[in-house]
Formats: sequence, C-alpha cells, structure tokens
Amino acid sequence: MVEKDYSKVITKIDSIAEKIYRDFEKATIPFVNLPTRTKSNILFDNKLNVWKYGKNTTERSAKSLDGAYMLLRTIYMTDFIKEMINIKKSSTLREMYYISEGWDLAKFGSQQESNLLAEDLEVITNCMREDFKLRPEEDGARVIGNLIIEEVTRNNKKKRIHCQDDVGDAGYSIPYNVEKEKINFKGVDADFIIAIETGGMFDRLVENEFDTSHRAILVHLKGQPARSTRRFIKRLSCEKNIPVLVFTDCDPWSFRIFASVAYGAIKTAHISEYLATPSSQYLGVTPSDIENYKLPTDSLTTEDINALKSELTDPRFKDSFWKGEIKLQLKMGKKSEQQALAKYGLDYVTDTYLPEKLAETGIVKK
Amino acid sequence: MTKVTAQELAKKQKEISVAEFFERNKHILGFGNQTRALLTSVKEGVDNSLDSCEEAGILPDIYVEINNHEDGECKVIIEDNGPGIINQQIPHIFGRLLYGSRFHAIRQSRGQQGIGISAVILYGQLTTGKHAKIQSKIEEGRPVTVVELAIDTNKNRAEVISRKTDHWDKPSGTRVEVSVVADYKRGRRFVYDYLQSTSIVNPHAQITFKEHDGTVHVFERTSEVIPKKSIEIKPHPYGVELGTLIKMAKNTKSRKLSSFIKSEFSSMGDRTTIAACEKAGLDRDLNPRNMTREQFLALHKAFQEIKIMAPSMDCLSPIGETLIKRSLKHETKEISPEFIITASRPPSVYSGNPFQIEAGLVYGGTLPKDTPVQIMRFANRVPLLYQQGGCVTTSAISSIDWRRYGLDQPSGKGIPSGPAIFLVHVSSTQIPFTSESKEAIADVPEIENEVKLAFRECARKVQKHIYKKVRRQKTREKFDLITKILPEIAKKSAKMLEKPVPMLDEIITKIMDVVWIEDIIEYEKIKRTPLQTTLVGENLDGQQQTGIITKSKILVANYKRTPQQFNLYALIPEDAVVGTVEPKPIKITNNYIKWKLNTIPPAKKVDVSFELAGLDKGDFDENDLYVEQINPAYVIGADKWEGD
Repeated sequence: MVEKDYSKVITKIDSIAEKIYRDFEKATIPFVNLPTRTKSNILFDNKLNVWKYGKNTTERSAKSLDGAYMLLRTIYMTDFIKEMINIKKSSTLREMYYISEGWDLAKFGSQQESNLLAEDLEVITNCMREDFKLRPEEDGARVIGNLIIEEVTRNNKKKRIHCQDDVGDAGYSIPYNVEKEKINFKGVDADFIIAIETGGMFDRLVENEFDTSHRAILVHLKGQPARSTRRFIKRLSCEKNIPVLVFTDCDPWSFRIFASVAYGAIKTAHISEYLATPSSQYLGVTPSDIENYKLPTDSLTTEDINALKSELTDPRFKDSFWKGEIKLQLKMGKKSEQQALAKYGLDYVTDTYLPEKLAETGIVKK
Repeated sequence: MTKVTAQELAKKQKEISVAEFFERNKHILGFGNQTRALLTSVKEGVDNSLDSCEEAGILPDIYVEINNHEDGECKVIIEDNGPGIINQQIPHIFGRLLYGSRFHAIRQSRGQQGIGISAVILYGQLTTGKHAKIQSKIEEGRPVTVVELAIDTNKNRAEVISRKTDHWDKPSGTRVEVSVVADYKRGRRFVYDYLQSTSIVNPHAQITFKEHDGTVHVFERTSEVIPKKSIEIKPHPYGVELGTLIKMAKNTKSRKLSSFIKSEFSSMGDRTTIAACEKAGLDRDLNPRNMTREQFLALHKAFQEIKIMAPSMDCLSPIGETLIKRSLKHETKEISPEFIITASRPPSVYSGNPFQIEAGLVYGGTLPKDTPVQIMRFANRVPLLYQQGGCVTTSAISSIDWRRYGLDQPSGKGIPSGPAIFLVHVSSTQIPFTSESKEAIADVPEIENEVKLAFRECARKVQKHIYKKVRRQKTREKFDLITKILPEIAKKSAKMLEKPVPMLDEIITKIMDVVWIEDIIEYEKIKRTPLQTTLVGENLDGQQQTGIITKSKILVANYKRTPQQFNLYALIPEDAVVGTVEPKPIKITNNYIKWKLNTIPPAKKVDVSFELAGLDKGDFDENDLYVEQINPAYVIGADKWEGD
C-alpha cells in the first residue's frame, strides 16, 4: 500500500499559522474567516447536486475574548495535527479532546467544542478529517446484501468479503475509513440500497431475507448516520450505479436523517459532495402513510413541532413533497415509528408495505 | 343628686407630684409592658453613662448585667468608667424626676429631660418595692460612695436609706443596681439589639453585656477617638417660642432690646438685630423687661421674616462616614457584605434647630434577599427600636423609588426588599420626637428632605458601584486577552513557523484602545509614629503601639495608539493623613490628591501610589479615581472629574 502524501495537508495547515503570523507582523488584529455554518447559509450547488455553504462568512477575530480563544485553539490543534502526521499516528476526536487538556489556556470546555473546531479546520483548509489523522469515536454501521468488498486489513492484506456469505446476521461492519485506500467494491448484484434508521427494522428485514427476496443491499443507519456510513452509501451508489432508498421513522428527526443522506448535513456542508447521495429517495414512513396504513401513533411533542416548523424554513425541505408532508404532520399532530407496521404482523413490512412503497418509486415493479 | 359647693370642690383640689403623675402614666416613659420596661431600664442607664463619659473626655467602657430572679423580677446593673457623681448630687440625680444638667443647654446630647434614670428607679420601686443601689467614685485614690435610695413620690425627692463608703478598683465611675419587674425572656433580644446598635453609632465605646446565664457579649471599641465635644449654643431666633422669648426677656441682664437680642440669641449681629427691630417697629433702646405682650409678638413675628444666618453647627457631633463604615463593617462581619456605603449631609436647620443626617447602607453577603430591608434608626447616637412606621426617617426611605437601585419595591413605594441594611443617624440639638418615650422622629419636612437626600446619595453610590463592577468585568476580559491569550497565539504561531515571536504592542493598543487604570490597596502594620498621634485623642495610653498604613497603588497603562497626558485625582477620606505620594502630586487637599501625569507613550505604563495614615485596616478599601483633560470614555477605572 502506498503511503498517503500529507505534504499538501501540512502546507494547508501551516497556511493558517502563516496568516495569523502575517497579521501580527502587519500589526493587524489576527483573524480567520470561514463560511457561516448555519441553516441560513446553505445553498444548492447545481453542479454537484448537493447543498453547500453559501457566501456568508464568519470572522474569528482576536478582537474578542471568544475569538482569541478560538484562534489560540486553532493554532494548537493545527500544531497537534502536524505532529501526528510527522510521527505517523492518528487519534480519535475524543482522544484529541483529552490531549487538549494539556493545552493550558487553549483547552476545550467540552468535546463538542473540539469536534466543531475540527470541522472548522476542514472548512478552512478544504481538507477532510481523515487528512488530519482524526477519526470519529464510532465507526460506520452494518451492511448485508449481495456485495463483495475488498478491504485492506490492518496487517496490510487485501481481503475480500461477501456481505451475505462471509458475514453473520449482524452483517459487514463499515470501518471509519471508507476511502479507496481502505475499501473497494468488487462485485455487486442488487437493484437498490435500502438505508434503515433503526436496528430493529434492519434485523426484521434480515430475518425476513428481504435482501435476497428483493435483491436489496440493507444498510443500517444507526440513527443520524456517521460520515463513513454516508460516504459508503455515496460511493456504492455512484460507483455501481445503484439507487438509494431511505426508510425511517415518521418524525422530524428522521426527516433530517434522510436530508443528511440525500442533500448533506448543515454541519458538514463543506464536504457534501463526498457524503451526500443526491439521487436518494425517501421511502417512508411518511405522514401520509400514517393515514393510509392507519398506523399506531404518538402525539407530537413541543420539540417535535418546533423541529417541523424549523424544517419548513430549511432550504433542503423546500420541494412540494416535503412541504406537503410536513404540513400534514403538523395538522395531524401525530408521529409514528417504522416498527409500528408490526401492527399487521411481522411479515407485513416485507410482504406488503415495502413492495407497495417500492412500486410507488418506480424502482421496482409490482 | 346632692349639690356640691365651690368650697367643697376647692377642698379636693391639690398639687399632684411629678412622681405621682408618672406613676400613673408609666407607659409614656417606655415602661408600658414588661418587655419594654427591661429595655428602657438598660437604655436610660447606658445613655447616661455614655453622655457623662463623653462630657468628661473618657473613652466609655460600659458594663451591663441582667440577673433574672424569680417572679419575673430582674436586677439590672449598669456600670461605667465615667467621671462619677459627687456625693451631694447622687440623691438628686437618681431620686428626683426632671432634674438634670442637659435640659437647659442647647447642644447635642442623648438624655435631655432628666427623667430617664430616676424613672427607672421609680419603676423599680413601684414594681418590686426594692431600693436602688448607686455607687460612684469621682477620683483615683478616693473611696467610693455607696448609696441606697428610694423616691418619695409625694415630694419628688430622694429618700436616702443608707450611705457608706467603700473601696473600688476603678479610678472613677458609676454603678447603678436596680431591680425591676420585667420580661427577661422576651426582653433580652431587644437589649442585645439595642447594645449592638449603640455600639455601631458609638464606635468609641466598649460595651460588655453579661446575661443571666453567664454569657458575655463584648461589643468592641473600633475607634479610639472620643467624639468632638458638642458646643453649647444660644437659642436661634427662628426656633424660639413666644413664651420662651418673654421669659428670656424677663430674666435678661441686658438693659436694651438690641443688646438683649445680640447677646442671648445665636447668629444675631448688629445688622440683623437692627433689621429685626425695624421690622417689628420697636425702639432698639427699649428695656426688654418692660416690653408688652404685643411688642413681644411683633418681635417674634419679625424674627421669622428677616434673613438670619443658620446657627453654628459646632453644637452637633456627627459620627463621620469613616467611623460609620468601620462600625458597620465590624458589626456585619458575619454577613460578609459585598459593600458598605455611607453618606453624610451638611448640617441643616429646622425651626432654628441645627440638625444633620448621616446614612449608611450595607449590601449583599448572607443577608436575606426577599425580606424588607432592615432599617437602623438613630437619634443623637441612641438607637430607636420601636415605632419604625411612625418615624420620619422611615417615610423618607419609603418615598424613594428603590427599584432603580436593584432592590424590590412593589409600586415603587414603601420599605424596599432586598439584601440590605439601612442606617440613618439624626443629630440635633433638639430631636423632634413624636412622644416622650423617644422612639420616633416627628414629621418635620426639613428632616424628611435631608434623609431623602442622604439615601439618594447612597443609592447613587450603589448604582455607581454596580456599574463599575460590570464595566470592570468586561474590560477585565479584554485585559486577559491582551496579557495572556494574544501573546500565547503569537508565541505558538511563531514556534510552528520557526520564526521569532512578533511584537504585540501595536495590536494591543488597537484591541484595547483605552487608558487602563488598575489599583490595589494594601495595609501595612507599623510602629506608631508621631504622624498619627494628631488623630488620636489624649486618652491614648500605652497599649496602642502599632498603627496601620493604608497603601494605595495605581497602575496607569496607555493602551491608546497615541501618547496620553492627563490629570489624575484620587479621593481620600478627610480624617486621613497623607504620607508618601508618588509621583509628586501637584495638589493635596483634605479630600483628594491631584497628579499631572507626564506623557505616557502608547503601550507604556506609569505607577502612581500614595499612603494614608490614621485609618484602620479596611477603612479605605476602594479607590475613587477621576481623570481630567482626557476624554473619560477612553479611560477604564476612573471617572470624569467634575470639579471640587
């Protein structure tokens, strides 16, 4: 395996320190500009078909105490990344947070802060977290389907894994690094990828052998999907030209899971083109399904209602389908879960609901 | 119905002795119930002791003991280190009502009518049937006289039961033992509060209180300085009543009206005397003893119509802001208040009577936040414990809108709620009490107004203090930024790039863009030098060998981009003596030190310091700094100098 070339990364990282140093030399109050990372500043990129950050920028200036702390931490973090590259090590975000405890004035108040700053660094340098030798705490989720993956194992051997024959019922576990130097797709025979929010439903589809009966690749999202899961779906879908369908609960939080798979998440809009699969379709459960299938429901909480209302102003949910469904749900005041389909029996989801919904999408004929 | 003749009626008319009158009206004197009786007994004794010590120029050392006998009877003992009382006077002072030295004098004192202590003895006699025991020693080396006496209520005279001489260790002093029927259980708390309050406004007094169960409370002396002796003044024409005027004219030695007015009244000179006579249409050469009622009336009216200077204020003896602050600090130690603020008004006059208001405010610490503030009222250094609602000081406080100053007050009226203690002290030659029990001050508009002004000043200081704290906090962050974080960013980025650490001065001035003034106050214990003795009374004996030097250090840093030159003022307490001052000031007055600072280049600092003597540790605990000839908006840590 060829050693990845980090010289570009180091140049980019150094450019931050250089910018600040130049500011000092010019007697300018040091500052760094970066795109504003909020809902109000994401724009649809027509070329890439994903949502990216817009032109609004936020200035991190040493004029204010908070800004100065941010700059100090940024410098410390870049120095730390440089060191990791030099000594050929990597660390988890959490490890970095603990290491920052020794950074004196620059230490973080919480891991949330250090995670956000790592993302800021990606945004500023146009690098990926992996370039910084930083990895997330949790790795990707599970996959089952007629798919052969070639993975470079830790003892540097290439190993082929068939995601039905070579794995147990828990499936193939997606590693945190899903780039080409780590995994490649060697053979696939499936009509679509179905990304499932809950483990319970994933297991139900596995037990009912939905992957074989409907030529599907099952991917467990584990709630809000990790970057590697999204990247895995993106690569598989693009490289092997397989459509992606997202199957979640019916509540505002699940809609956001779909949005992050399909359009990119607000937090990671700088790398949407790597992570998002714009052709993904939402399979269900939709608010209309609650009515059509007469599913058992819970009432929306205040947080749910606020989240739905916020989605009405989210550019990612701007199309008529989502506007209609969100308004319908606000009107009903109800939400439901994927597993509520069990009301009609354990096989109902695989025998009736999914085939009907798949037919609606036109991907699979009835 | 039988007819009664005038002769028969006349037989029933007879003189009522004063003692007999009070026997029936004891509530008027504060003996209305058994709780009050205990407090009044202590209070009258302590007031007398304090007055006599001060008159003799002795730092008061007062001992109060209460022994609780059965049947609700208490023995109250009050002992002082005062000048003592000569033998012949003892029966008069303790055994006669309305006998005293202070009634006719116009100056500030605690007791006035000469009723107090004899009323206590009378009350004791009426309720217990026991005699009072008085012992007094007037001079070192002489024996003590011990007198047991009762009051003959028909004659208003003392009846000496026994008199003997004995030995007493004290150089001089008086001890009163009197048994009274009183509610010790309920009354002890009032006694304690009264003594504590007394100690606050009499910082020069040491008060020891021994309870029935042997518990001893000591309210320590916090000042070695005996209050300035108030000087006796003549009546002021504005305050004299017609009857008094006539009486004075009948008794005067002056043969002419003009000399009578000039010599028997205060503030009357040649010009005002002529003006008064002309206004009254009276001949200046009239013999005052031969004047008619109409003439007196005209004179009395004329007095009110002409402009007369306020009476001399030497007759007043205010406590002073430093001592009020020190006392409050000492007595509220356990509360650990956030700050203590005081205000002192200049003397003023109502109906020709000089008076002066002093106020104090204790804020924060462990004081309860949701109960009405505690109001401590004092008149001539005597605590007023009852009838708060009927007192002019309370109504003055209630009429201020305290909501602006961080206290709760529904509808902006009434006693505010919040973590605060208010202190108000009224000094006057004539406190206008609402009743003889001397618990509330009457509704005199001039007094109400002065109390309001004093508390408004306190409130303004509170506001300023809070504002200063917030502003400091904000700039403190910036200070952290430029002193810690920015240098760290520079250092770290230089290290990453393997370059020299860049200069920060210019950026620092850009970020701060202010003149930063920071100060600290330190206290240093020193051996007493002749410098301080000017502030200490003659009574200083060998025990007080060390003093405190208050050192104030001020750092002035120019974080503006241009050089700065301006004047700096530091307020100092009037009663402090200024020691070393650096750099050399251009002016030192009683109230402030003024520096003309040399030009400070950008990013440069100047140290300023001064020393104060004659203060206790903590008396001066916050610098009050002002600047002049610079835009005050550029300055953090000092305000605009508004003039002297």
